Amino acid sequence: MTIALDEMMETIRMIQMENLDIRTVTMGISLHDCADSDFQIMNKKVYEKIVSYAGNLKAVAEDVEKEYGIPIINKRISITPIAEIIGNATKDQAIELAKTLDKAAIELGVDFIGGYSALVHKGITKGDQTLLDALPEALSVTERVCSSVSVATTRTGINMDAVRQMGVIIKEAAERTKDQDGMACAKLVVFCNPVEDNPFMAGAFHGAGEGEVVLNVGVSGPGVVLSALKRHPEADLGEVSDVIKKTAFKITRAGEIIGRVVAERLGVPFGIMDLSLAPTNAMNDSVAEILEEIGLERVGTHGTIAALALMNDAVKKGGAMASSYVGGLSGAFIPVSEDNGMIRGIMDNSLTLSKLEAMTCVCSVGLDMIALTGDVSAATLSALIADEAAIGMINKKTTAVRVIPVPGKEEGEMVEFGGLLGRAPVMGVNPYSSEKLIRRGGRIPAPLQALIN
Amino acid sequence: MRRAVVSVVGQDKVGIIAKVTRVLSDNDINILDISQTILQDFFTMMMIVDVAGIENLDRLQDLLNEAGEELSLKINIQLEEIFQAMHRV
Repeated sequence: MTIALDEMMETIRMIQMENLDIRTVTMGISLHDCADSDFQIMNKKVYEKIVSYAGNLKAVAEDVEKEYGIPIINKRISITPIAEIIGNATKDQAIELAKTLDKAAIELGVDFIGGYSALVHKGITKGDQTLLDALPEALSVTERVCSSVSVATTRTGINMDAVRQMGVIIKEAAERTKDQDGMACAKLVVFCNPVEDNPFMAGAFHGAGEGEVVLNVGVSGPGVVLSALKRHPEADLGEVSDVIKKTAFKITRAGEIIGRVVAERLGVPFGIMDLSLAPTNAMNDSVAEILEEIGLERVGTHGTIAALALMNDAVKKGGAMASSYVGGLSGAFIPVSEDNGMIRGIMDNSLTLSKLEAMTCVCSVGLDMIALTGDVSAATLSALIADEAAIGMINKKTTAVRVIPVPGKEEGEMVEFGGLLGRAPVMGVNPYSSEKLIRRGGRIPAPLQALIN
Repeated sequence: MRRAVVSVVGQDKVGIIAKVTRVLSDNDINILDISQTILQDFFTMMMIVDVAGIENLDRLQDLLNEAGEELSLKINIQLEEIFQAMHRV
């Protein structure tokens, strides 16, 4: 079928002027067969398996990118949660394994490797505890290793003992990387209801239900949605939803074909398409600016949640129609440091931490890339995590916390993380203590929503 | 047949088509369709070409980049499937 000139122009405009890109192709690799009672053997097997499976990932992705003329920004790897394979390893060995993963990522030229993870939403095994103990150091001595910890699900409730530990871990990780403004925390996300096929970092891991190896794709395109909306300044909200839906459809289709071609050339099954509007600091590549285009003077003001809900839902509807296998997180991300509009919203005192929390009820994930004052207590961080986990648990959705308590920084200061991670204004937290809630420990029972059988 | 789209966007001037088609014919590439339009002095041309015999689109893109630089235009080549995927259900 021939393609009309204006349709070709549209595609080219999206790529060249509106930052349409494939944000990531992420290869998921199972490491279950690498487990061994001898740590050194396991360490070697892990390295060899990753390097052999993903040996061509970067080269193939770069070829496809050139042939189809769509940039693929990141090449990534997700692996079986490491806590599941380390067994009797010691803390130091777990840290050594993190260094091995980092080495593999550097050798392969991939941007990140995710899955230095533990799933502790109900209880903590020996391996889980070793990994948690190793986390602050592991994240501060590696560059490309990303970690996620699941502390809650709708089916199990919230493991408050794990939540308590995560507050301490985040504090320590920040302290260990204080020369880089607590950078280690940017590679650590705490989840409620994590998904097993997420291609985005820092939360990607290769879940227990996944196969031996798989290729998942994450596309983005806030810039494309923003400029589509700019062409309909007077549309009513039903039409706004429709414009977003159609745009999401096109973006997803582009991602799906690229994903399938990369998977086929690598001889690996195609997993899922994750259509998430993930902002970057590039001009006009902002989720906040889409909300403002819909009709807010500044993101964070009254109406923000309504606009975000509309946008997130329209993105899903367009994406679901466009791909046979939609998965991952699919929706909109609202990281602060990576979104110029969010940063402006905070600097203009329109967007607050409480409003960001509320926004996580209707968008795809949670509190993301938020810089907090360096003196925030571990208990307050835990309580922040508990709140997000509760939102996710009750609403049967994924929520997450990726915050950076920046050592030595106070509210209103600016921190630069660099690259895709961007920059963020430091936010203050509620000055009152949540210490007792966190000290109580135990589990918050699974809600009635869990009883669906 | 393996089809690709060559797109040319920029300020209109004499000799654009001549230059681009020269690169294509030098590389033994058959042109299947051409359409072009001019909007407020802004020249846009799309060609559908057969790249079945071309192993490496990369080298061709480099040659087109050279031609593009001489003409101060943006010239891109990309496989056609991406357009099909985005605009046809």
